Amino acid sequence: MEAFQLDIAERVAEQHRHHGKSQFFVVWGALLAMTAIEVYLTYQNMQPVRMLTILMGLSLVKAALIIGYFMHMKYEISRMKWLTMCSLVACLALMMIFFPDALRIITLGVR
Amino acid sequence: MAEATLPHDIPTLYEPSLFGTYSKKIGMWLFLLSDSLTFGALLYAYSYGRISTPNWPTPFHSASIVNATMMTAFLLTSSLTMVLAVRASVDGNAKSQRLWLLATMVCGLGFVILHGREWSKLIAEGLTLPVFPKIPGQEVSGEFANVAKTVPQFAATFFGLTGMHMLHVTMGIVYLGVVALRRNFIPILLIGWLAAWLGTPTYSPFHYAAHVLLLAAIVISIILWIKPKVYDSSDVEVAGCTGTSWIWSGCLFFLSCI
Repeated sequence: MEAFQLDIAERVAEQHRHHGKSQFFVVWGALLAMTAIEVYLTYQNMQPVRMLTILMGLSLVKAALIIGYFMHMKYEISRMKWLTMCSLVACLALMMIFFPDALRIITLGVR
Repeated sequence: MAEATLPHDIPTLYEPSLFGTYSKKIGMWLFLLSDSLTFGALLYAYSYGRISTPNWPTPFHSASIVNATMMTAFLLTSSLTMVLAVRASVDGNAKSQRLWLLATMVCGLGFVILHGREWSKLIAEGLTLPVFPKIPGQEVSGEFANVAKTVPQFAATFFGLTGMHMLHVTMGIVYLGVVALRRNFIPILLIGWLAAWLGTPTYSPFHYAAHVLLLAAIVISIILWIKPKVYDSSDVEVAGCTGTSWIWSGCLFFLSCI
């Protein structure tokens, strides 16, 4: 790496040294707790759509915790956070455009 | 690329990074985003099939849910050990870094073994793909014998999605092994290949996946042995070490064809 890249890397490493390790264990505990909630929900007699909504919401929270703390996105500048996450969400949203077609097929049938 | 546009007598004149961090990190994030889209596409395919098929099978009973919970716990723990390894690297503690990397590999290996057991159970009950080898002497009369015929997209999307995930975890284990142990990892990889090759029946998909391990050993041995010898050594050493490396890699390749 060039010298200025090494400088940036060293500054990032210095920032990381200021954050304690205990936060990682707290996040890990929260992730395991959310997993336990999800497993508990699968054994409940709930409406499928309601259960899926809760499960997807918990999955998003888990993903945010992992990206923020384990992948250190929390400590990046806001431009990095906005550009990367918004572009990912936009691409995933483009895929979801075709979901109503799946529901339509059930009522329309296939010849 | 930047050097091509800037005069060489002003080495420090670079534009500040758009993302405020160094290029390797930005490159890694771009790769992660593209990988997320790959898995997003596979998840979308599974979800689309699930919504649009009225007789979608539900083969995952209590034992599978317990198995999946343990697999999730292994992966979450591997995330923790990985971030602790990164932290040890930042603190300059090489020994601690290596131990945390090995712990990450153990968690990943636990995930792969549990997932392999889940796959073997489903395949034994009749849920297969046409590309999977047939189990000799076994009548397909399990719980999912009809599923492969009536809802073939279930097996395709399930094995495609989970197989892609398992491939990522396996490649991650190999990569971490190379980072943690360098050349010392190659004998371990070979022992892993032997164990997978001898421990799985020939009709199991994992028997063929074991050869991927061997191929990984060949590629890594070429990269770790030949590259530094060719570029860093004298002509005599190059001839000797290159020849040894090629003989070694050739033997491994021959074994992989068995």
